[in-house]
Amino acid sequence: MRQPIKSWGNLASVEHEVATPAFREDAAPLLSTLVEKTGSVLAHGLGRSYGDSPLNAGGGLLVTRRMDRCHAVDTATGVLRADAGLSLADLHVITVPRGWFVAVTPGTKFVTLGGAVANDVHGKNHHVAGSFGHHVRALGLRRSDGTLVDCAPDRNADLFHATIGGLGLTGLIEWVEIQLQAIASSDMEVENIRFDHVDRFFDLAAESLDWPYSVAWVDCLSQGDSLGRGVFSRGRHAPDGPRLAQPARAKLAVPLTPPISLINGLSLRAFNAAYYSRPGATFAGRCHFDGFFYPLDGVHHWNRVYGPRGFYQYQCVVPPAMAREAVTELLARIAASGTGSCLVVLKNFGNVAPAGLLSFPMAGTTLALDFPNQGQRTLALMADLDRTVAAAGGRLYPAKDARMPADLFAAGYPAVADFKRHIDPAFMSDFWRRMEQAPTKSKQA
Amino acid sequence: MTGQTVVILGATSAVAERYARLQAGRGARLVLAGRDGRRLEAIAADLMARGAAGAEVAMVDLAAPAAGFDAAWAEMATKLGGRVDAVLLAYGILGDQKAAEADTAEMARQLTTNMTSACAWLTVAANHLERQGQGTLIAIASVAGDRGRQSNYVYGAAKGGLALFAQGMAHRFAGTRVRVLTVKPGFIDTPMTDGLAKGGPLWATPEKVAADIDRAAAKGATTVYTPWFWMGIMMIIRNLPGAIFNRMKI
Repeated sequence: MRQPIKSWGNLASVEHEVATPAFREDAAPLLSTLVEKTGSVLAHGLGRSYGDSPLNAGGGLLVTRRMDRCHAVDTATGVLRADAGLSLADLHVITVPRGWFVAVTPGTKFVTLGGAVANDVHGKNHHVAGSFGHHVRALGLRRSDGTLVDCAPDRNADLFHATIGGLGLTGLIEWVEIQLQAIASSDMEVENIRFDHVDRFFDLAAESLDWPYSVAWVDCLSQGDSLGRGVFSRGRHAPDGPRLAQPARAKLAVPLTPPISLINGLSLRAFNAAYYSRPGATFAGRCHFDGFFYPLDGVHHWNRVYGPRGFYQYQCVVPPAMAREAVTELLARIAASGTGSCLVVLKNFGNVAPAGLLSFPMAGTTLALDFPNQGQRTLALMADLDRTVAAAGGRLYPAKDARMPADLFAAGYPAVADFKRHIDPAFMSDFWRRMEQAPTKSKQA
Repeated sequence: MTGQTVVILGATSAVAERYARLQAGRGARLVLAGRDGRRLEAIAADLMARGAAGAEVAMVDLAAPAAGFDAAWAEMATKLGGRVDAVLLAYGILGDQKAAEADTAEMARQLTTNMTSACAWLTVAANHLERQGQGTLIAIASVAGDRGRQSNYVYGAAKGGLALFAQGMAHRFAGTRVRVLTVKPGFIDTPMTDGLAKGGPLWATPEKVAADIDRAAAKGATTVYTPWFWMGIMMIIRNLPGAIFNRMKI
């Protein structure tokens, strides 16, 4: 069926030939049909990637959300195997009451297992747990020639490592087997600490290494003496308490896309000042994991607040030696521009070997923020930021990206040449088309 | 937690599966009836992972059970030790209206699947619940059964007939501990409706519909429109004067 599809950034509505198999056994035949009809295909989960990596304009899109069945959970060992379309939200319903939690979670629970693998997502515990891919025990990969390849760290290992973080280009991930972590309770013990300058962020991060989860929110508009002020948040699973998959409270939603972006200089300044000064900015106590990990999931379709033109997300990581300097420079440029978002996130990654060939996380500091799409002005600002990231030897996150230059991608991901050997010839995305079309100065790994 | 014993007729339907997941989460024991053994087995494994105390497959052609309705029902009830707390009748076909207009055999086939066979299942199940002295019977009808329309009156007649049948049963059991709930969903985003243009506020997810069914059953309701706003929409459609209605291409 022809259907327009948008990614989370709402930048463009793109026509696809869409198929949504209800059962895993329907996936392979539909995959062939899509390839025959359009020449190419890409798997698509819950559409939380921001830019063009989940899109395949004019081609086939195999939507996995109905393939969401669990095959088995071992409640003694915490091993779960399920269809790739199972979301983390549904996974929690299955595992949390039995005392198990996903080992790594991104900032939304509305992602599928397949998407979590294909983007090798990370969370607030990267410094102790690595990324999602580190906890994948095995996966079933359907190639366009019809074969189903059983991949694991010790079986078809090359294809396994290419598929983790492989942006869906190595084939259709049909099922995933993961190792969960044991939890005693669905509550978190949380400490929020206000800091008045980005320098303090680095100190707090260093002091918080024994906390499994840590992240900071930053006021991207503050300048000078209070450049990069924010709230540092750290947490751990509580040693006792209830085991509830969901907290008891009603959901909000942004029902329609407003005609203009609600995020502008004025509203942003007001929000940031209020958020920084709110009583909760200094807090020590307990809360349900949902509020700690997924604050934005409480407002369905929050992406609509940026209006019909959508928004860009910019997420980079810079290595430790350059981190203080580069992050300060990035924040200064963003503050001077007066644009940016309410949600600016700063986090230190640990020194963990990457799980996949194209995995985004690496040792250093990652900065993520949204920019309302104001056309050329926004693109120019991000091009400025690119220069700092490139000079520091950093890289950008493809799952968030809709505009990075191909040479920045090539420089940031030296294993890309190795990765290319594992791409399935029928799989394609708009992101990959963009990386392939532009001239690249790819380093041969 | 002790869950209910539940028979799902048409367990591969998207709404039925979501309802089964709610029951599984409460530790239910389920019998999953349908034709496609592999799909039913995949659903059974998932329900077990979600906390079901049991999930057994019953391979049955629900529109025409080879062993007959009584024997097929008895076999399912036996899998649950003879005790059945809830029955969800969820199978059905959308059917091709134009094909049914052109071919009486096709028209009869659609009516048999969506109404005649469904009423037979309600009959054997209701008699079982009556002998037990309690239980809940849930039949998924449709808003399409509230007024005949040119675009789908064969489907609508079958679902309307089913709803009337279930309503009569609810009347029969009024004042007893046997409950009969008629469900009238609007548009649901399922594989069955993939041929239609989707999107917009009228479309509901199967999760939402299943949750509405579960809530209505717990309250002991006899009819539920899901989502709720269809009650208002169908009241208007039922009461439109013919002069206006006949000009509409719906």
